Amino acid sequence: MTAAAIVGIGATAFTKDSGRSELALAAEAVRAALADTGLAPGDVDGMVTFTMDTSPEIAVARATGIGELAFFSRVHYGGGAACATVQQAALAVTAGVADVVVCYRAFNERSGRRFGAGVRGREPSAEGVALGWGLPFGLLTPASWAAMHARRYLHMYGLTTEVFGHVAVTDRRYAARNPAAYFHGRPLTLAEHAASRWIAEPLRLLDCCQETDGGQALVVTSLARARTLRRPPVVIAAAAQGAARGQEQMTGFYEGDPGGLPETGVVARRLWRDSGLGPADVDVAVLYDHFTPYVLMQLEEFGFCGPGEGGGLVASGTLPINTHGGQLGEAYLHGMNGIAEGVRQVRGTSVNQVPGAGRVLVTAGSGVPTSGLILAADG
Amino acid sequence: MTVADLSAQLTAYEGRSAVLGGRGRDPVDAAMIRHWCEAMGVPGPDPAVPGVGPGVAEAPPAMLQVWIMSGLSGAVGRTAAYEELVALLDRAGCTAVVATDCEQEYLRPLRTGDEITFDAVIESVSPRKTTALGTGHFITTRTEIRANGELAGIHRFRVLRYAPARTRTASPAERPRPVINRDNAGFWEGVAGHRLLIQRCTACGRQRFPWLPGCGECGSPLWEAVEASGEGVVFSYVVMHHPPVPGFEAPYAVGLIELAEGVRMISSLVGVAPARIRIGMPVALEFVRAGDQELPVFRAYEEGL
Repeated sequence: MTAAAIVGIGATAFTKDSGRSELALAAEAVRAALADTGLAPGDVDGMVTFTMDTSPEIAVARATGIGELAFFSRVHYGGGAACATVQQAALAVTAGVADVVVCYRAFNERSGRRFGAGVRGREPSAEGVALGWGLPFGLLTPASWAAMHARRYLHMYGLTTEVFGHVAVTDRRYAARNPAAYFHGRPLTLAEHAASRWIAEPLRLLDCCQETDGGQALVVTSLARARTLRRPPVVIAAAAQGAARGQEQMTGFYEGDPGGLPETGVVARRLWRDSGLGPADVDVAVLYDHFTPYVLMQLEEFGFCGPGEGGGLVASGTLPINTHGGQLGEAYLHGMNGIAEGVRQVRGTSVNQVPGAGRVLVTAGSGVPTSGLILAADG
Repeated sequence: MTVADLSAQLTAYEGRSAVLGGRGRDPVDAAMIRHWCEAMGVPGPDPAVPGVGPGVAEAPPAMLQVWIMSGLSGAVGRTAAYEELVALLDRAGCTAVVATDCEQEYLRPLRTGDEITFDAVIESVSPRKTTALGTGHFITTRTEIRANGELAGIHRFRVLRYAPARTRTASPAERPRPVINRDNAGFWEGVAGHRLLIQRCTACGRQRFPWLPGCGECGSPLWEAVEASGEGVVFSYVVMHHPPVPGFEAPYAVGLIELAEGVRMISSLVGVAPARIRIGMPVALEFVRAGDQELPVFRAYEEGL
């Protein structure tokens, strides 16, 4: 258990066209998260975001009245960074290099640069070359990379694409009851999932998460200071990053069997070890759902069920997952909105509250170097 | 004009007349009914309607639109409002038209000798929509069709007026280029000479792909290039549908090929319909030219399964 806690969450509206700059979104989310804590901008002395974020820490600080910074850090690998931003913050406050750290992510991912459009070329860096092996053959969108894993997963366990449908239906059922969700009031049936058009076979439109304009921020401080603030502390019981042997970014085709998520396995082993908990101790799991198959693979890597059994587990409803509606249903905020939902579950304030939720697992983007958190009630 | 401005102008036509006081060119007649039934391959109606008398036939209800069509000379009797709407769309580049669907309600049978009159209203003009044909606006008209002055049917007709999407054959020269630097240039030089080269660690002997300047197994920077046999199997695959990619016509198949040497690579799967690809299918190397770039691709063999 770390001696750090999340003490504030704040977000903008989740839209398809914010009409504002990404910096304006980041600043609004940070102001909202600070207001949630009762702390002033001047109390903040650390900031963490994604390497992909276009709003530097210092720009957000200038726009929100945050003064001197003693700690600033960025995490790489797209959505895999989400939980690692909180890990960075927890490390900083427990090491004593910062007192109050803000983690944020904001973008106009729908109205601006859409990840789903794919890549057409890359500079010849190590990353560019790694991604570049697929480009001349037309394998160049996130959905296409995920689909290569998904096909292998179905093959390994003799499954049909209906197992992916259970994830979409579950997320949208929760989103339908969440006023902040883009798909509020719009649940989905398995038949609608099965009827949606192919994007990159075996993935359909409804297997791919939406694209969103918006921002989300979180505030982390020491557990001791957290206990003096207006909200009950949400303790960071464990935080971990993970990269597997032979790790790639979305193109992990070459080592082992691509029907699994070895980087998630690394995070799982670390989180269980550091928290002393296991799958049976988790009340809610917020699992990064950029593409439905990855939710099933994460459940299996964390040991909530056996290999190939994720679809059945989701269909059974015995483990509440993605109670905000997930990124499929609420918003695609690179996983940061999932951490906020974990906080709400522990606080008891989720719109889809699981009674007595005391321990929540939150994960970050998978198929890339990833991260995870176990959040817990204080005491 | 912005999209929003155009949409607002188009919406203003909703509820306005498209045709006022239209008249069928001929009364309902037996010859037209016979022609229509023969063309459709359906039996003709009884020559006599019970209770009405001999020599009077009932037209099949689905012929409703036949009696109001204006023939090859072009539409007549359209209102100025409808013509303005079409002109507005023409100026916005929506110069093509296609009928998309039609709904009909039948209130009273049409019989030979009935005189047809009709009025049509512009029921709706959609916001801008993008379809496979192109981007444009759906116009729905609602026509009330009368027989001898009595309402006989309602004909709701929808057309798409659109700017045609550019359609042309994908040119392989437009495909995304390989990403090449000093670490993998040797691979692409091999491809240019129609050789598929993988790396072999000269310290531990492990063969590897993709190309890297060091061994993932033992860490050695020493390696040599060895030519792969070009034989392999489909280890996984994707059939790409969306979004459109320059140089490719969807759907197209991309395979994760496991070579006989034990390494895997991404490549195009050719020679087999995407729906027939299976994991485990044997494949063999070929080279294709995409513009000035040679590419290694794999031909799949169904009989090998």
